[in-house]
Amino acid sequence: MEAHLRVRAALLLSVLALLSLLARSSSQEIQIVNAERRIDLTSHIVKVFLTLKVENIGASPASEILLAFPPTLIDRLALVKAAATVGKRKKKSYLPLDVNPTELPDAPNGTKYFSISLLNPLSAGESATLEVLYILTHSLEPFPAEISQSESQLVYYRDSAIILSPYHIKQQTTFFKTPSTKLESFTKVEPTNRAGTDLKYGPYENHPPYSFSPIIVHFENNNPFAVVEELVREVEISHWGSLQITEHYILKHAGARHKGVFSRVEYQSKPSFSGVPSFKSLLARLPPRVHSVYYRDEIGNISSSHLRTDPRKSELEIEPRYPLFGGWKASFVIGYGLPLQDFLFESPDGRRYLNFSFGCPLVETVVDKLTIKVVLPEGSKDPSAVVPCSVEQHLETKYSYLDIVGRTVVVLEKINVVPEHNSPFQVYYNFNPIFMLAEPLMLVSVFFLLFIASVAYLHVDPSIRK
Amino acid sequence: MPGKTEPINGSVKLGSKESSTAAMPASLKKPDLSSYFSLKSLKLKTKQQELLIRVSILCLVYVLAFITRLFSVLRYESMIHEFDPYFNYRTTLYLTRNGFYDFWNWFDSESWYPLGRIIGGTLYPGLMVTAAFIYWILRFLHFAVHIREVCVLTAPFFASNTTLVAYFFGKELWDSGAGLVAAALIAICPGYISRSVAGSYDNEGVAIFALLLTFYMFVKAVNTGSLAWSLASAFGYFYMVSAWGGYVFIINLIPLYVLVLLITGRYSMRLYVAYNCMYILGMLLAMQIRFVGFQHVQSGEHMAAMGVFFLMQVFYFLDWVKHLLSDTKLFEAFLRITVTTAVGVGAIALGVGTASGYISPWTGRFYSLLDPTYAKDNIPIIASVSEHQPTAWSSFMFDFHILLFLFPAGLYFCFKRLSDATIFIVLYGLTSMYFAGVMVRLILVATPAVCLISAIAVSATVKNLTLVARAKNKVAQTGSAKGSSSSKGSSKASLDQSQPFQRNVAIALLLGAFYLLSKYATHCTWVTSEAYSSPSIVLAARGAHGNRVIFDDYREAYFWLRQNTPQDAKVMSWWDYGYQITAMGNRTVIVDNNTWNNTHIATVGRAMSSYEDEAYEIMRSLDVDYVLVVFGGVTGYSSDDINKFLWMVRIGGGVFPVIKEPDYLVNGDYRVDKGAAPKMLNCLMYKLSYYRFGELTTEYGKPPGYDRARGVEIGNKDIKLEHLEEAFTTSNWIVRIYKVKPPDNRW
Repeated sequence: MEAHLRVRAALLLSVLALLSLLARSSSQEIQIVNAERRIDLTSHIVKVFLTLKVENIGASPASEILLAFPPTLIDRLALVKAAATVGKRKKKSYLPLDVNPTELPDAPNGTKYFSISLLNPLSAGESATLEVLYILTHSLEPFPAEISQSESQLVYYRDSAIILSPYHIKQQTTFFKTPSTKLESFTKVEPTNRAGTDLKYGPYENHPPYSFSPIIVHFENNNPFAVVEELVREVEISHWGSLQITEHYILKHAGARHKGVFSRVEYQSKPSFSGVPSFKSLLARLPPRVHSVYYRDEIGNISSSHLRTDPRKSELEIEPRYPLFGGWKASFVIGYGLPLQDFLFESPDGRRYLNFSFGCPLVETVVDKLTIKVVLPEGSKDPSAVVPCSVEQHLETKYSYLDIVGRTVVVLEKINVVPEHNSPFQVYYNFNPIFMLAEPLMLVSVFFLLFIASVAYLHVDPSIRK
Repeated sequence: MPGKTEPINGSVKLGSKESSTAAMPASLKKPDLSSYFSLKSLKLKTKQQELLIRVSILCLVYVLAFITRLFSVLRYESMIHEFDPYFNYRTTLYLTRNGFYDFWNWFDSESWYPLGRIIGGTLYPGLMVTAAFIYWILRFLHFAVHIREVCVLTAPFFASNTTLVAYFFGKELWDSGAGLVAAALIAICPGYISRSVAGSYDNEGVAIFALLLTFYMFVKAVNTGSLAWSLASAFGYFYMVSAWGGYVFIINLIPLYVLVLLITGRYSMRLYVAYNCMYILGMLLAMQIRFVGFQHVQSGEHMAAMGVFFLMQVFYFLDWVKHLLSDTKLFEAFLRITVTTAVGVGAIALGVGTASGYISPWTGRFYSLLDPTYAKDNIPIIASVSEHQPTAWSSFMFDFHILLFLFPAGLYFCFKRLSDATIFIVLYGLTSMYFAGVMVRLILVATPAVCLISAIAVSATVKNLTLVARAKNKVAQTGSAKGSSSSKGSSKASLDQSQPFQRNVAIALLLGAFYLLSKYATHCTWVTSEAYSSPSIVLAARGAHGNRVIFDDYREAYFWLRQNTPQDAKVMSWWDYGYQITAMGNRTVIVDNNTWNNTHIATVGRAMSSYEDEAYEIMRSLDVDYVLVVFGGVTGYSSDDINKFLWMVRIGGGVFPVIKEPDYLVNGDYRVDKGAAPKMLNCLMYKLSYYRFGELTTEYGKPPGYDRARGVEIGNKDIKLEHLEEAFTTSNWIVRIYKVKPPDNRW
């Protein structure tokens, strides 16, 4: 197995090297002087911090820098962010940069690219420091794939010791941070050092573009692998002063599958040895001033939840009905109300907009498919959404209490959402406050007619014979 | 309340208009006169005032009946209670999702594996259709309610409607005062509340309404001889048939009533019209319910109604002949011949029908009503249900409170003023009281009768007492002036011979009556909140610090089944939990609460009471993937499977004689500790309940493996399972689920 892998890796490496020779011409103007990569493996969301010092060695100014990713990684890539470092040492500050996926005509082996647009084009001979953060989900593969209650969870992480890049890298280092000191094995690409929870690959000097050196790290990770397979958040706006949020979760423990017996005795009496990778509770961070919180599922209320509120934030600690072991699922609904004035504003052009946070309120979870439905009040027009990341949008109609024409629903869909996506988004719409009165007036008129009818009935004698 | 005052203003205007249409313009001219007229209209208002008071009392009673049933919603949540309601909820859900025809033709493969169950043909659809109908109406009016909320609130809603029916019934029987008291009594009577709290989504919830409505309309039909009322009662009967198996009570009580009227010489054309129309149409309508089918003409339980129907015809015929023949002697001879022939033909028909098997004999349930010891000896599955036990005196007191004493008083009043209607209520009261004594759950059927009869007692007593109190007052006011009218004279005469304390005594008695009634109200509220408002699916207990501890283990287990077992997994459990597993766990069960196949249940009982390897063979043959047991040893929850176990043995042993009850007993004692019978200590149920329980310390100062439900240290702490493995145990150990291992590889 090991040998086989190595052969394959070598093959891949040579192919890549060959291809890189072909691709050389396109990106020879830039080289990376120093690259430092820190990969955080402590939770099931893999965070990669990449510090690149780039230099323009070509003649013309360069306005964008390319990041390369292997095609297998691209589905698991949740987020790519970049920032330029400005200033020295103490006065260091970061300026966020735009990152967009791009296509290159001669990408070797289906390599995918992201391009970072620089604020100021890098003129010849100049250098700049970039900070890149990218987040990978579902990248830790449990091995063994099935564990019993008393075992702890071991996972594989696969990557390359050498950063995949379309540029020549002069010097590079990679650090891995594992959650515990228990490291089963790791591929050695000298120089490789291990100290405590840290694993260091490199420094490696002078690697040509598209160099690749596959490695596997096999380590213990007992953090909760909480994955929300599907999350539907429904935000209902009522201009009578409240915002009602309903969130439907399908939660799964995506770690190593539980095998065999679940023993309650052991789970209760030896919590430190039994079911360590399982999790019992999750924390949801809700906006402040939240009220009427409920937590239930298809068969009723779930009584195990705690809400802590203070003026700045609210925390809801939820416990599914049973502890989640690997492969076990739970579905539930969280609902809460919020005061409208905290989230609904009027823009200068007279339109109203909802400012609400995107993403999942659960801490440290991955959402495979997120759907946000913003239910606008009946009678609102021309909705448009402004979202910080790329989403699919469409409109729906929903009928709620006493609706006649239905409410417009703005539906936003995104796959692979991580907590870093929790930034505000806006939905703009036009609304005439007169529509607020429609439903009360309808009720009033119904009751009015009812009373009129009963008065009329009392005055009418319907009998035929006298 | 603008809605309330508006009609009164209108009616006041109406009253003044009627009284003096000519004077109206005059009142417009002179303000003095108008004040005079308003005074006059005030005087005219008394009738309206009475109406207003009556309507507002009824409204309050209506609301009260609804809100007193909401304790469980407020204390727990809006959820379905108990066992059977979960089946009803599941079928309602199916009905609203798939429409009526799919529901009617539904073959449910998720229960009674591998037999399945034809749902449409084996249930009373009234409740589900009612709830679905309410749901569809609300949806049509754009009320975005969930079907669960509708189901939870159906029973309280119908309880409220029952109070209205009780009012009209009481009015028909006695007077509107009795009607109001009856409505108020039935609104909070614990005997009825026990089956109609919010969440108790069971057939009885709508059936009691239908029962009372049918009776009311039938009595109304008898009183008026109106075909319309009779038709209405036929439809009421149809609704009752569609809702509950208790309709058999109606189809036997009404013929009995007719027979009593015939015997007491109260035969009339009104009765003839009412009964014939109601019986024929009611029968035809009832045949539309698949579960009932042709039972009205084929089953022994329904033959009494048919016999009375033919008797009515004979009676009518005789009446006609009597009318034609002037000679009494000739008529007597004819009468003799006709009666003999009729009885003869009837007896022969019944005999031939029974012998040829066309008329089915009485069912076991019916027998067990007539003979309370029958079920215990012959049908353990009926006897095993706690609500089928004979009623204890305490539960009569608990459910009726003062009504128990008012009931005989009411009977006295009814006998004093005998009419067709009061004969009916007396018969209803007496028969249902008997049935209530036979089975605990039939207290429910007796409740409306008891409330009505007690209402008559209360109303009549209070009326008499107030008359006495007020008459004295009037006499005191008028002083020496002699009463001019005859009625006044008579009251004066009656007062003259009484003691001077009479008024005080009357007032004291009135106060006593109000004290009793207020006690009744407090008792009812207390019973409702303490005894009848727990959903039984969520258990609540007081913690060490007086805080409320909730044991939500049932739903924990069912939800675990739902989420973490294969879609087609078959779960074996004792039949009590079948409905809940299918409804909440969404998994196939072997047996459930619809105990239609005794052999199947006995097979499960046999598996539970066999040794593990024998049980494994049975479970393999039934394709069982998971076994679910309920165990209260950790929490002290006493209605668990170990306590029900003897019934499993009995029911299993009833079909499979290899299971013998004495094998599980030691000198006739049922025990689980060291002194238990060896078969008991090694049977599947014992093993599954106590697996690894011996390692757990449940109570401080007690040895490990101390069973808190039975208060003993268990006898077998070293339990090894060979063919099963623990799959899940809930946090308080109440539900334990085991996985049946696939057979070992032979090589």
